[in-house]
This record gives sequence, C-alpha cells and structure tokens, in this order.
Amino acid sequence: MADARGEILARIRGALADRPETPEVPRDYLRALPRAADLLAERIAHYRATVHRVDAAGLPVAIGAALRRRGAVSVAAPADLPPEWLVSGVRWMPDSPPLSTEQLDGCDGVVTGCAVAVAETGTLVLDAGPAQGRRVLTLLPDYHLCVVRAEQIAGTVPEALARLEPTRPLTFVSGPSATSDIELDRVEGVHGPRTLEVLLVESRPAEH
Amino acid sequence: MATRNPVTWLGAPAFPKAAREALADTQLRANLRRATGTIRGRRAEAVGEVEQWEVLRRAGAAIKDDVLANLDTYLVRLEEAVTARGGVVHWARDAAEANAIVLDLVRATGADEVVKVKSMATAEIGLNEALAEGGVTAVETDLAELIVQLGDDRPSHVLVPAIHRNRSEIREIFAREMPDAPEGLTDEPADLAEAAREHLRRKFLSARVAISGANFAVADTGSVVVLESEGNGRMCLTLPETLITVMGIEKLVPTWRDLEVFLQLLPRSSTAERMNPYTSVWTGVHPGDGPREFHLVLLDNGRTATLADPVGRQALRCIRCSACLNVCPVYERTGGKSYGSVYPGPIGAILTPQLVDDPHDAQAASLPFASSLCGACFEVCPVRIDIPEVLVHLRERSVRARGRRSPEAVAMAAAAWVFGSPRRYERAQRLGSLARFVARGGTISHLPWPASRWTDARDAPVPAPESFRTWWRNNRG
Ligand code: SF4
Repeated sequence: MADARGEILARIRGALADRPETPEVPRDYLRALPRAADLLAERIAHYRATVHRVDAAGLPVAIGAALRRRGAVSVAAPADLPPEWLVSGVRWMPDSPPLSTEQLDGCDGVVTGCAVAVAETGTLVLDAGPAQGRRVLTLLPDYHLCVVRAEQIAGTVPEALARLEPTRPLTFVSGPSATSDIELDRVEGVHGPRTLEVLLVESRPAEH
Repeated sequence: MATRNPVTWLGAPAFPKAAREALADTQLRANLRRATGTIRGRRAEAVGEVEQWEVLRRAGAAIKDDVLANLDTYLVRLEEAVTARGGVVHWARDAAEANAIVLDLVRATGADEVVKVKSMATAEIGLNEALAEGGVTAVETDLAELIVQLGDDRPSHVLVPAIHRNRSEIREIFAREMPDAPEGLTDEPADLAEAAREHLRRKFLSARVAISGANFAVADTGSVVVLESEGNGRMCLTLPETLITVMGIEKLVPTWRDLEVFLQLLPRSSTAERMNPYTSVWTGVHPGDGPREFHLVLLDNGRTATLADPVGRQALRCIRCSACLNVCPVYERTGGKSYGSVYPGPIGAILTPQLVDDPHDAQAASLPFASSLCGACFEVCPVRIDIPEVLVHLRERSVRARGRRSPEAVAMAAAAWVFGSPRRYERAQRLGSLARFVARGGTISHLPWPASRWTDARDAPVPAPESFRTWWRNNRG
C-alpha cells in the first residue's frame, strides 16, 4: 500500500495547481471592553449560574456560606487550593494523591479558581494552573464553585485568548452543563456539573 | 476504483423522491418548523449583539481560505506539533482506511467498547458500523446521537441529529430502548436529560477508549479544540486512557490567535449562544491529566477532490454550525433525511456531491438541485460560503455530465423550486401533478404553471430566484 501521507500531500499540491492566493485577514473587530466585571456578572447569570460579588477579605466567609447553602459536605479541592479557602465545616478532599474517579463522582462539589474569565461571553477558562488542578476535578462533581479575581477578567474573546497558553489543557466553561438537543431549546444539566456558582472577588466594591 | 464513499447512505433515493416521502409526514414537518423557527430567531439575536459581525465573517472566510491555499504546509506543521507533544498522527485517504486505523488502535487496547462524542467526520465514514463489524461497540454519548442510536434511526441535522423528534417521541424511545429508564419518565426536557445522564454515567466512568471529532486544530501549536454543551465531550476527552480523534484535513486554523474569530462565530451561529457551555483544548498528551495516549487521524475522503475545484472548494471553509440548515425553506419542508447523507441542507447539497466525487452517482448528483436558490444560507453563513453560487456551479457540472435537458435534471430542479414555497407546493398538490413531476426522471414533458415557465427554458436549470426571494422576505423577514 502506498504511503497515505505522501499521497494526500501530493493530492493537495495537485488540487492547488491554480495557486490560490492567501488573503489578508481583517482584524478590526472588538478587542477591549470596559466595565468588564459588571458585564461578566450579568452574562454568567444569564446562563442561570449564580454570581456573588465579594471583596478579598470576605472570600473565605463567602465560600463557607455557598457550600452550606448547597449542603455540600465532602468537597474536592485541587492540591494547591489556598489554605484560607479551606473553610471549616466541610470534609475537604484534596487531590493529592490524585482522587479516583469514583471518589470524585461521590463527592458533593468542588471548589477551584480559574485562569481567565471572558466578560462578553460569561465564560470561565481553567488551564490546570494555580488553584485549578486536573480537568476531571471540575467535571464529575455535580456542583462547581469557582473563584474569579477581578484582574483575571478579559473583556472579549480575543483578549482572553491572548492571555492563555494554548499548550496547557484548557476548559472553557459557560454556565452549567446544558443541551439544546430537545427541540433546540437550552436545558441545563446533563453530564457536567448541573450547578455552577461563581464568587467574583474585587478589591473595592463595584462602583455604579 | 475503490469502495463507495459512505458519506451518502447506501440505497438512499434521489432527493426528489425522498423529499416527496418526507413531505407526506406532517409530524416531521411540524417538528422541524417548530425547532428551526425557534433557533432562527435566537441566532438573529445572538448575532445582532455583535457589532462587527460582518468583519468577523470576513475574517473567518479569509483564515479558512488561507488554510486551504496552504493546506499541505499547515498539515505538516500540525503533525510536527502534535508529535512533539506526545501525540501520534495517522493519515487516511478514504473512509475504509480511516476505519481500519481506528479499529486497529482500539483492538490494540483490548477494549471491546468505546465511548464517542458526536463527530460529523466519524458519521461520514460510517465508523460505528465498521467498528461493529470488527466486534467493537461504539456508544454515542451526545443526547441527540443517543436518541438516534436508540431509535435505530438516521441523523437529520448537523448539530442536532434528532431534530426531527419532538419531546414525546424522545420520551417514548427512551422508555422503550433504555433498560434503566426511570419509571414514569415524563417528556419534560430536564427529565429526559437526567435519564441520559444516569444511563451513560457508568459507561463514562469505566470507558478505556474514547473517539472524538475536532472542531478545530491549531497548526502551529498542535492544539485540538472541541466545542460541546453537555459535558459528554469532556468525559470522553479526559476520562479514558486512550483518545482517538478523527478530523477532516480542512479543520485547521494556522495559529492560536485565529481561534479568537471562530470561538465567536461558531457558538452564535450554531446554538445561538454567546458561548457554548464547554470548550476543551488539548495538545498531545498532558501527563497526569487526561488520556495517556492520543491519536489524531487526518481524513481526506474526498476533500482533496473538492479542493481541486476553484468554485466548489469554498465548501471546505464550513465549520458545521448548521445555520444554513435552520434558515433553509427546502430543508424545513423536506427534513434532513431526504438528502440521504450525514450532511443535509444547503451545506450538504454542495459538500456531499463533491466528497462523493462521482458524476455517475445519481443520488449525489441530485443534491445540488435541492434548493430554491433563495440565498438565505449565504446570508447566515459565518464563513461566507456562497452556497447559491456553488449550487449553480454544481448543477452545471452535473448537467454537463448527464446532458443538459436530462429529464432527471429538469425534474429535480423543478421539485426543489416547488418545495421552496408552501403556496406553490399546495398548488401543485391541488393540481394532482406533484407526484408526476417529482416522481422519477423520464416521464416529465410538461409542468403546470409556473414551473412550466422554467422547464421550457433552455438554459442551465436555475429557477427564477427573484420571485422566491420576494416570497421569503414577505414571509420570513
Ligand atoms: S455552510 Fe456555513 S452556515 Fe452552513 S453549516 Fe457550514 S459554516 Fe454553517
């Protein structure tokens, strides 16, 4: 059998015998958006996720309150979750050594940070960096509590991608798991976490 | 030459005949009208919110044209980047070769079951059937694919393969075919989604091999991108030890930055969302996080033949958003299955015959006639594929191959034109002549007015688009 790689590349070169030109790509679309935190909060809420705005000092209290409201007892945590986030009253399950899929499937929720958030689309991006851990941590538990710091917010998709390192494992999360497969209408909750809650940490309270 | 291209279904009738059957199914038409009507309005909203939508469309088209013009360079670059990050790249000239590669890879793991995340490329090559023949069960995990698979049915939409089913039909399929369906399952979408979650949970947790497609791959970093909603994609991409991704060779973007365009164009065009719930990006193998083995199968299967046609090659820009299906009046009336291919609707009408690349295949050759040339598909296409232009071009090509006034050509074009408008359809039906001229080629000499105006014309089979456009604007806005 001839070599498939060589043959496909030869077919491509043959097909491009007319030497089509490489066009200029217009890039004058929107890159920056002001008041990103307000927009982010609004857009995340639009996906029927809950957003709370807190200041840095109030974060641990907010984490504890959210987990209590949820009734989450056993909660998974990336190995490097900041110690002050590990509030009492919760059975924390740190991912070190790595939790099994069964353990993750059996826990009540997970708390993580994120790498970047996109205001325009209400998206959180996790890159397995600080306070985020492996991808599976935010997949199996039915409840995901995600902490976003104001400086992590990018206004637009182009701004967000520019901040990300593409060779890390990336997960873009926009609201809870959903489907549009039944009569093309969005229904929340299939395989991923069915509840997403976001704590948006700002150094000063939002100005209006 | 080799075996037939499974992009069309074996034994599928030519479009006019299939469409006639579909038109008789009023439930199907009601389901489609409802679903496409909903999504049309929501897409318009999601797109209207973006001020520079037209700039993004032009950028999307230009990036894809760049990819096509330099496809050999970018593919080699992608291969290098994926390999450098611990992935293995395979090349497949056609469906049979791709299926054999995947089956061998699965067998090497010793698994006899794989989980799958919805992928047009694997549907195109008939991978599930090929795996079954080789003793491997493929479990579809996307809700709509699951509905199709459990219902022993055919897909009818690029994005939502079960769009032709309404909630009560889905409830019935689940209750009948899912051994673990809960007692008293209702037809509430949330309950149906819950039933699917329970049904698939164990499969995900125990799966050793997953198979996916790819929405994009970044040539210079080797990163592969999958957009999805449910989380079944994330399950497949992170839980199993082995991940096999099958991707058409045109699914590239040159650089990471180029994704900034498509991550805006695709979700708004397809599910009418600012962003789909989940997008995963991975590059080769990430130690300690996700699969330990990653295989990327690069699939030709008619794409290089499509690339050779300077007019037709723009079909390879397609990012499978399905917006063109949702606005198409012919699709809305005849349903996706009439096209006899995994690629239905306007994109299917131009992509399928080019992938098949056989002028003697009457079914594929009939597809470019499945349109009224109203132009709505071009207006919504996020990568500006001029579908009407390609349709006319392919009609001419097929007419040249089969004879300009070949009865089939005439019948097919006339049928498409009639399906384009309910008024014309009803009129033709009233006259009792519909069956006559959409039936089989060969017996048509004369069509009732106004189609007669067109059958009497001598030139390429292009029905009067102006009148249709007027109708469309008045009726659809
Ligand atoms: S042809 Fe355009 S509108 Fe149709 S599915 Fe492809 S990208 Fe979307």
